[in-house]
Amino acid sequence: MDDREVLLELRSIKKSFGEDVHVLKDISFLVREGEVVSIIGPSGSGKSTILRCATMLTEIDDGEIIYLGQNAATSVNGKAVYASKKELKEISKTFGLVFQSFNLFPHYSVIKNVTDALITVAGVPKDEAVKRGMELLDRFGLADKADNYPCELSGGQQQRVSIARALALQPKILFFDEPTSALDPELTGEVLKVIKQLASEHMTMIIVTHEMQFAREVSDRIVFLENGNVVIDDAPDKVFDTDNKRVREFIGKLNS
Amino acid sequence: MASTFSQLASGMVVSAEIFLLTLLFSLPLGLIVAFGRMSKVKVIQWIVKIYIAIMRGTPLMLQLIVVYFAPYYVFGVKISQSYRFVAVIIAFSINYAAYFAEIYRSGIQSIPVGQYEAARVLGYNKTQTFFKIIFPQVIKRILPPVTNETITLVKDTSLAFVIAVAEMFTIAKQIAAKQASVTALMVAGLFYFVFNYVVAFIMECFEKKLSYYN
Ligand SMILES: Nc1ncnc2c1ncn2[C@@H]1O[C@H](COP(=O)(O)OP(=O)(O)O)[C@@H](O)[C@H]1O
Ligand SMILES: [Mg+2]
Repeated sequence: MDDREVLLELRSIKKSFGEDVHVLKDISFLVREGEVVSIIGPSGSGKSTILRCATMLTEIDDGEIIYLGQNAATSVNGKAVYASKKELKEISKTFGLVFQSFNLFPHYSVIKNVTDALITVAGVPKDEAVKRGMELLDRFGLADKADNYPCELSGGQQQRVSIARALALQPKILFFDEPTSALDPELTGEVLKVIKQLASEHMTMIIVTHEMQFAREVSDRIVFLENGNVVIDDAPDKVFDTDNKRVREFIGKLNS
Repeated sequence: MASTFSQLASGMVVSAEIFLLTLLFSLPLGLIVAFGRMSKVKVIQWIVKIYIAIMRGTPLMLQLIVVYFAPYYVFGVKISQSYRFVAVIIAFSINYAAYFAEIYRSGIQSIPVGQYEAARVLGYNKTQTFFKIIFPQVIKRILPPVTNETITLVKDTSLAFVIAVAEMFTIAKQIAAKQASVTALMVAGLFYFVFNYVVAFIMECFEKKLSYYN
């Protein structure tokens, strides 16, 4: 059996918007230390909602969210009950999130985007934070952009900065919500390369993506989502060779 | 001529005082009003909505008169001479706060929700998110409408005449009547024009200063 530490466990997550829009019906999966899990599936199947629930941007209706054995949400009588604000703040330090649309702070320079939370939130002294930030930018080939503003960068560069910003806080898990979907095709490569680099360094990552080839190469597991249910959760080769008609169709469409 | 100027000068000082004190009070007050307008508590939201509607829906001149006479008619307190100027500042501040509140509100609501979410996932608390991430971006976006209001304020200071505060325009009118000549009024007009020119120039400097990003 796999004895790597379980960093995140989702148990029977349910989420509706309004009365009858059941976006997540019964979602469960595990993520172990060092794993890369890709979430794929048709548009509207609930991929973003899973990430938003796991990062506590959206509250779940029922189910459990467990980080490192600590419950962020617990199911009590068919309803999710969240941990205290203080505990949630602590738990939130274990993850980072990279958005489809980057969401960099436009009024901050690149280095300030990367270091400000480190200084303001984590209380790291400024020189130490800048040193760490510059190391990250250097790793991602952005050291010469440190003093530029986001509006002066290409989309690919902006997304790499936002990855650096998330990593600066040294999370144990990094979530990506379609990190290349807002990019021109010729710019997706540079972002995927950075994610692959992180995978080779055994960063634990959960990636929502439509880049099938990339998902196959980089993932330990692929989760296929449809209509708010996990249809398959398996090794990439198994998912690509599946007999499931819907999954084959989906992968085939994006691969052609 | 020289005495015309020295008389006008005292009025200029009063107008400038009204202008500066109104900005000093109404800009922060407007932010608080904007928060009330966006409050999740329905009662607060409604009270603030009504307040804004009254401030924007009735003449400032009338509001000046109401604020000036309120202590006497409502509380039976004798109105002192020094209260005149205070009444002007109160009336102007609460009036402009209403306009600024709506400007703040539209600015705050124009910031993409992704900015809040990014800040939240990075661990910023609500206060940090607002003052470090949101508000600086709001300021940049609202500078043009704030400039408009500020220029209107320069001209509105002349309304203080209605409760006999001797600001620039009041004095100019008195001199013009005494001398049976429009010179003083022309000088007053020039004063407002130059004053606004300076205001516009300063605001433009702010805008330039914030143009380092989009
Ligand atoms: N805040 C919301 N309010 C109402 N419906 C929502 C909300 N967020 C998402 N949805 C709905 O939930 C479904 C899944 O959305 P999402 O998780 O964004 O899908 P995906 O990321 O897989 O494309 C969609 O039908 C979407 O319209
Ligand atoms: Mg999505």
